[in-house]
This record gives sequence, C-alpha cells and structure tokens, in this order.
Amino acid sequence: MKELYFDSVVIGGGAAGMASALELDKAGLSTAILEREECLGGILGQCIHNGFGLIEFNEELSGPEFAEKVEERLAATGVRAFTGLTVMELQLASELKTLYCYSGQHGVLRINAKLVVLAMGCRERNRGNIRIPGDRPAGVYTAGLAQRLVNIEGYIPGKDVVIIGSGDIGLIMARRMSWVGCKVHAVVEILPYPSGLTRNIVQCLNDFDIPLYLSHLTTRIIGRKRVEGVEITPIESGAIMTEKAFVIPCDTVLLSVGLVPENELSKMAGVEINPMTNGPFADSMLMTNIPGVFACGNVLHVHDLVDYVVEEARRAGIYAASWLKGNSPKAEARVKTGANVRYTAPSRVDPDKNNKLYLRSLIVKNDAQLEVRINNRLVKSIKKTHIQPSEMLTVDLGPKELESVKDSPDPVVEIAIS
Amino acid sequence: MSEELICITCPIGCHLSIERLPEGKLAVSGNRCPRGIKYANEELLNPKRVVSATAAIDYSGIEHEESLAEIARIPVRTDAAYPKEGVNEVLAAIYALKVKLPIKRGTILLADFKGSGVNVIAARSLGLEALA
Repeated sequence: MKELYFDSVVIGGGAAGMASALELDKAGLSTAILEREECLGGILGQCIHNGFGLIEFNEELSGPEFAEKVEERLAATGVRAFTGLTVMELQLASELKTLYCYSGQHGVLRINAKLVVLAMGCRERNRGNIRIPGDRPAGVYTAGLAQRLVNIEGYIPGKDVVIIGSGDIGLIMARRMSWVGCKVHAVVEILPYPSGLTRNIVQCLNDFDIPLYLSHLTTRIIGRKRVEGVEITPIESGAIMTEKAFVIPCDTVLLSVGLVPENELSKMAGVEINPMTNGPFADSMLMTNIPGVFACGNVLHVHDLVDYVVEEARRAGIYAASWLKGNSPKAEARVKTGANVRYTAPSRVDPDKNNKLYLRSLIVKNDAQLEVRINNRLVKSIKKTHIQPSEMLTVDLGPKELESVKDSPDPVVEIAIS
Repeated sequence: MSEELICITCPIGCHLSIERLPEGKLAVSGNRCPRGIKYANEELLNPKRVVSATAAIDYSGIEHEESLAEIARIPVRTDAAYPKEGVNEVLAAIYALKVKLPIKRGTILLADFKGSGVNVIAARSLGLEALA
C-alpha cells in the first residue's frame, strides 16, 4: 500500500475544502485535498445560475465561474489535490490521523496527517426520507440530480414536471426546466410559507406563471411504470383535508425537500453530531470533539450562500493551522439556543477573540429582535427588519461583549429571537 | 386597476401596489424604502433578466479524456441582464450553438446579441489541460 504524509488533509474539494486548504497552505503546512469527483468545485459545477460571489468576489457569477476562480487561487499554491479519490475510513484517535483511501489512479492509499478538515458537504433528502406513499415508478428525481442531468450530462428527465418542496434548488430547477422547454405544473410546499428565497419565488415561479401550493401535502405518487401524476391534499388548521385531495398529471417529479450534511465518515470515526444540524458539534475554533479534526461548510451545517461557506472554511483553515502551533482557547463558553433559534454554529465561543456565529431562526417575522444573554444578562441586541428560516443570520461576538463569561465557572451564552 | 409586485431588492419582500398614471409614470405604494419604487419602475417599464443556460459541446474529431466524456454541456450566460421579452430568443440562440474545445471562461460566444450590447459568454473553461 502506498503511504503518504501531509501536515493537513482536507476531505472534499468543493468551495469549503478549497477555501480551507488555501489558508492551511498560507500558514506553511503541507496540504492535500481529497476529492471523490473527477474535478474540484463540488456542487458549484452544476449550479449554472447567477448570484454567486457578491461577497467573495464583488461580482455576480454563476457557480462554475465561482469554482474556477477559487481553483485558480489554489493552482498558485503548493496544495496537492487528489481527484477521483474516495476516503473509505478515518482513524482519528491518535495524534497522527490516518485515512484509508481508494482511487483508480493510485489504488489503495494510506494518507497520514497531523490534522484533518472535514469538508464533505451535504446531500439531498429523497423520497424515502419524507415517506411519500404511492407507486414507485420511474420519473422521480431529487432536484439536484435533475440539475446535474440537465446542466452537465445533457439529459432532460421529463416533459411535464411537478416539484415537491419549495427549497431554492427546486425553485431554480423550475426555471431551468421551463427554459429547456418543459412545462412545470406546480410547486407543492407542506409549510404555510416557501422554504426558498423570495427572489427565487419571483424570478423562477412568477415569471413562468407556475402555481405554488402552500400548506399542501403530497399524499401519493401515481403511475405503474412512469409517473402519471401526484395527488395533493390541502392542510387546513393542521388537518389533512382528505376530501379536498386532487391529482396533478405529470410525468416527472422533482424533490426539493432539504439537505443533510454528509457525515457517514465522521460518525464512523467517532465525531459527535449535533441532532439539530446533522453536522458535528464545533467549538470556537471549528474543531469537533476529536482534537485535530475540524469541520466547515455544508458538512457542518447547511448554508444558503456559498460566500458564507467560503468565509467559514477560511476561518476553519486559519484555526486549524493555529491549533497545530499549540494555540487553543483559555476559556470557552457554550452557546445555548434560546427562543425561536433552531441552532447556532459553532456551538461554543471564545471570550478572548472575535467570534462569528451562524444561526437559523425557527420563525418568519418582520421587525424582530436578536438578543444575546450571558448567564441571563443581556449583552447584545440586534434589530432585524426581516427574518425567516431560509435566511441564515450572523452574529459577531467579541471580547468586549463576552467579558463577563470569565466571571463564572460554567458560563452560558444564550441567543434568542423575539 | 392596480398591479401587484413583490420587491426582491432585499429579503423583506415588500408587496407593492402600482398604479399606472396617464403620462406613463407609476405610482408605487406598499414599499418601505425608495428601492421599492426603483424596482417597480424597472420591473414594469423595462424588465430584464440574466440568462443562464448550457450549450452543446462539439466533440466531433476530438479524442477527449475519459473525465470529459460525461460532460455533454458547457454552462453559458449573458454578461448583463437582457430584456425579459427577448429571453426566449437568447435561449434559442444558445441552444443552436456547438461550442468547440478548448475554451476559456469568459470567451464571448454570441457578441452584442441583436444589438443589445449584451454578450453570451462561456461560464467555465474546458479542455485546456488536454491541450497543454
């Protein structure tokens, strides 16, 4: 078996993996990126729509352009990128981490590193995850799979489409399918409000007069060999109105029903997972419960903008390099999710530095108040003109605000929305 | 009769009501800030969209690497927003393209489309390594 040694290894060559590797390299560490696909860039390669990079590059780019620009930065460094290489197993307990990998080019490889950054991204929830009853015909795809088929491989999966779930990928695909000549008959959302961004509702549905059924449950997929239709049932005051069910004929169903961080490898290796994010618990250095193992991007929690993924991944790279030099926080406080907050990432803060926390709201509200309390004492209050679960919020907490953390043996920083 | 729009300038998404005044101007209400008025004017008087799609790749006579084999399409986009009513014409022109490799990101594939000043550009580089 071939054996290789690096200071740091990044698993995943998407936006997060590339951005963290750039920082590890900059800190002088020998660094490898391990990527399963044949090229770097991750999911960006199939996201051909516009709107990426406003924060990172100060211009509106499509996904492939964003990926290529980050790749160009990477090409100018000493980072070694392996593509077509799958990590099979992680052994993380000892000081030197060992990764067992396989690739068509190299065969079985043992790669050793002093630190590991997890950047495997996320995958789509599918029909099994949301348990849609009915037949099991051909023609049911996740939205992201359909996106890959249409945008890269050049296949159009059907002609008459119904999209289940109003997540952003589903909305983007509603426009994409319309632009390749398909008829999108409906987007069906179980919740009373859309899961995607308003601009996508307007530009991807309204532009094509695609009806959006809110508070509607998909109760059955119909079709023997090929999808023939979906049965939709309205929900009124929490009750499923069976007698009001109706069928929308179609030959293709796209599912846009959420994303799950891909942590099979991490779980196998003993990384502790936060049930609210399905990603690892991370401390103020974005380090997991295993020393020397860091996480960033969609494997940590699902982001809505790649620009935020890059920001977070860059921090993970900087923190990881700093950890290897022996730096770690003197005192940390755990972050508690208060009223109307689904989760925060990371879940610990360091009172001696500037911390950036990402969080998601559980509610839709105008003129909301985001409040941070330490041991029940208010230390920060931020006005938000509008919040909704589909838009990630950020909070900066610095040494000044967190000063009182040091006064107590087990300090709790609580973040709440009202 | 008033028209309804949702402003997409920011995440709030104000519901705008717009009256068309006799001299061709618009009276906008429901907006929380001046950007709502600007959005309503653009969207009702001169709506534009960035068009992103894919074009076919001309693989004829090329011995390409195996890794390229599953890449059948190349992403392309307009380099600026194009008048909404002409979007289907842009799409038809894009779908008629057969893009030769190698190609560099940003290469103009359709210049100054119908005199609009808007170009269609390649949104990724492809096949450059094979050439090198």
